[in-house]
Amino acid sequence: MTTILLDPTSEARPAAREGAPRLASLDGKTVGLLDISKPRGEVFLDRVQSILEQRGAQVLRFRKPTFAKNAPRDLRREIAERCHAVVEALAD
Amino acid sequence: MSVDDGLVVVVKRDCPTCQLVLPVIGELATGGSLTVVSQDDPAFPPGISVTHDVALGLSHRLGIEIVPTLLLRERNQTRGSAIGWNRAEWRQLSGNPDLGAELPAARPGCGALNLEPHHAERLAASDQGAPIARSVELGEQEDEHEAGFSRGWTDGLPVVPPTPERVARMLTGTRRNRAEIVGRIAPDFAECGIEKIAINAVMAGCRPEYLPVVIAAVEAACLPEFNWHGLAATTYFAGPVVIVNGPITREIGMNSELNALGQGNRANATIGRALQLVLRNVGGARPGEVDRATLGNPGKLSFCFAENERDSPWTSLAEERGTPPGVSAVTLFAGEGPRGVVDQLSRAPESLARSLAMALRAVAHPKLVLGFDAFVVISPEHARVFRDAGWDKQRLRRELLELTSVPAAELVRGAGGCAEGLPASMFSDPEGTRVPKFRPDGLWFVHAGGRAGLFSAIIGGWINGQGGSQPVTRELDR
Repeated sequence: MTTILLDPTSEARPAAREGAPRLASLDGKTVGLLDISKPRGEVFLDRVQSILEQRGAQVLRFRKPTFAKNAPRDLRREIAERCHAVVEALAD
Repeated sequence: MSVDDGLVVVVKRDCPTCQLVLPVIGELATGGSLTVVSQDDPAFPPGISVTHDVALGLSHRLGIEIVPTLLLRERNQTRGSAIGWNRAEWRQLSGNPDLGAELPAARPGCGALNLEPHHAERLAASDQGAPIARSVELGEQEDEHEAGFSRGWTDGLPVVPPTPERVARMLTGTRRNRAEIVGRIAPDFAECGIEKIAINAVMAGCRPEYLPVVIAAVEAACLPEFNWHGLAATTYFAGPVVIVNGPITREIGMNSELNALGQGNRANATIGRALQLVLRNVGGARPGEVDRATLGNPGKLSFCFAENERDSPWTSLAEERGTPPGVSAVTLFAGEGPRGVVDQLSRAPESLARSLAMALRAVAHPKLVLGFDAFVVISPEHARVFRDAGWDKQRLRRELLELTSVPAAELVRGAGGCAEGLPASMFSDPEGTRVPKFRPDGLWFVHAGGRAGLFSAIIGGWINGQGGSQPVTRELDR
């Protein structure tokens, strides 16, 4: 059953959770590329990496053990600690 | 559902007195002017056409507490009532002088179904109407306790999830309408209504009977002289300190004795917290955003206590601030954390006052004067010294104002090898001038604490006066 709560705030902000702030520029930023282990994901991400590097970003590569499950907590923490942004990618 | 004018009787099958009066109900129903309302069984009384009050809303609106109750209704108003079976009263209401001759003269009734706790709570909540606040629907996999954190609603501790049911229950603690606007809360100057206060009181862990205190505290925080806007934004330590006086403190079980400034009492802990959550969530005063406190203090989670008036030698804080005796009130003070004052040897008021004065000199900085007020929480053992000597609050205040005044030469910048202080240019004769530490209305006293311990506490203030914050007192509207 869905839980309904009553908003305790002034309701000046949207009720839906907002995304993290966008990066103003990629220059000097670290971007993580998370391969979710779908076939040919690495082909797609290789191309994304070269584009990001052309734009001044440093790229780190990560890989989920299986696309069928959520990323392990340690992996998510490592990405959060080491990266300013993340691209999570499919392929097939 | 409503009832026509005329005689109305409210009954339930599960009541021996209702069973007893069946012949009387039959007789009145035959006369044609009786509406029979059954609380529990549409087939009771047998053979009579009844209004089945299945949701009990009709009984609730008619104010039924006992069944059977016979009412005489005219123009939608109750003109007379007989509670339980009372032959004389039933005869008078019905105008039938022979009614119930075969029955005993009187028999008490049973408790009405609408007063049973689960029904009573639901019915009271329905009086409040539908929620006004925006509904926030949680995700299917979302933990309702984590939801408060992820939406930025908490002070760093878990909050009770404010479901519509819990908020409705909280609103039974006030007779004020959920839509009523109490004020605008800085820094966002957002409108704050009774319902928003109730939502935040639920999250803080309050019981419904605490709600009038929380409402009064929010009203006090909205008073311009309290200057919540400045207090919210300051780099200084201070936050709102909530001191409660009057009969409400005993009714809701507030702590004014052992560990009065500490943890462990639900009312103390949650009322102060509810105020802070309203200021944060409705007003927008969040640490790291508008709240720029350098260090803050742990009381910014909750700093709320009651005065022990019963054992106090003095008039209460609220009375001294103009509240009539016997009226409950909330006082807000922009204060930092409490600091202890130890004096285990003074048995004369002159000596004990000197101890307090020495400690009061240190509020903010020993070389800074007149800018900061202080509240002194006097414990029972210290209060006894003043009581035995016949010192009232005015006397103690007078003595402390004198004892805390300082030669200007000690306050100027550089004096004592310390750069902090007042510009020397302020004084033409620093050696011959004494400067008061506190303004005349800058010292306040509250009696609280356990019976053992020759300690008192000082709560230093934030900037006082026009440019800062004045203590404010607000009576409860109950």
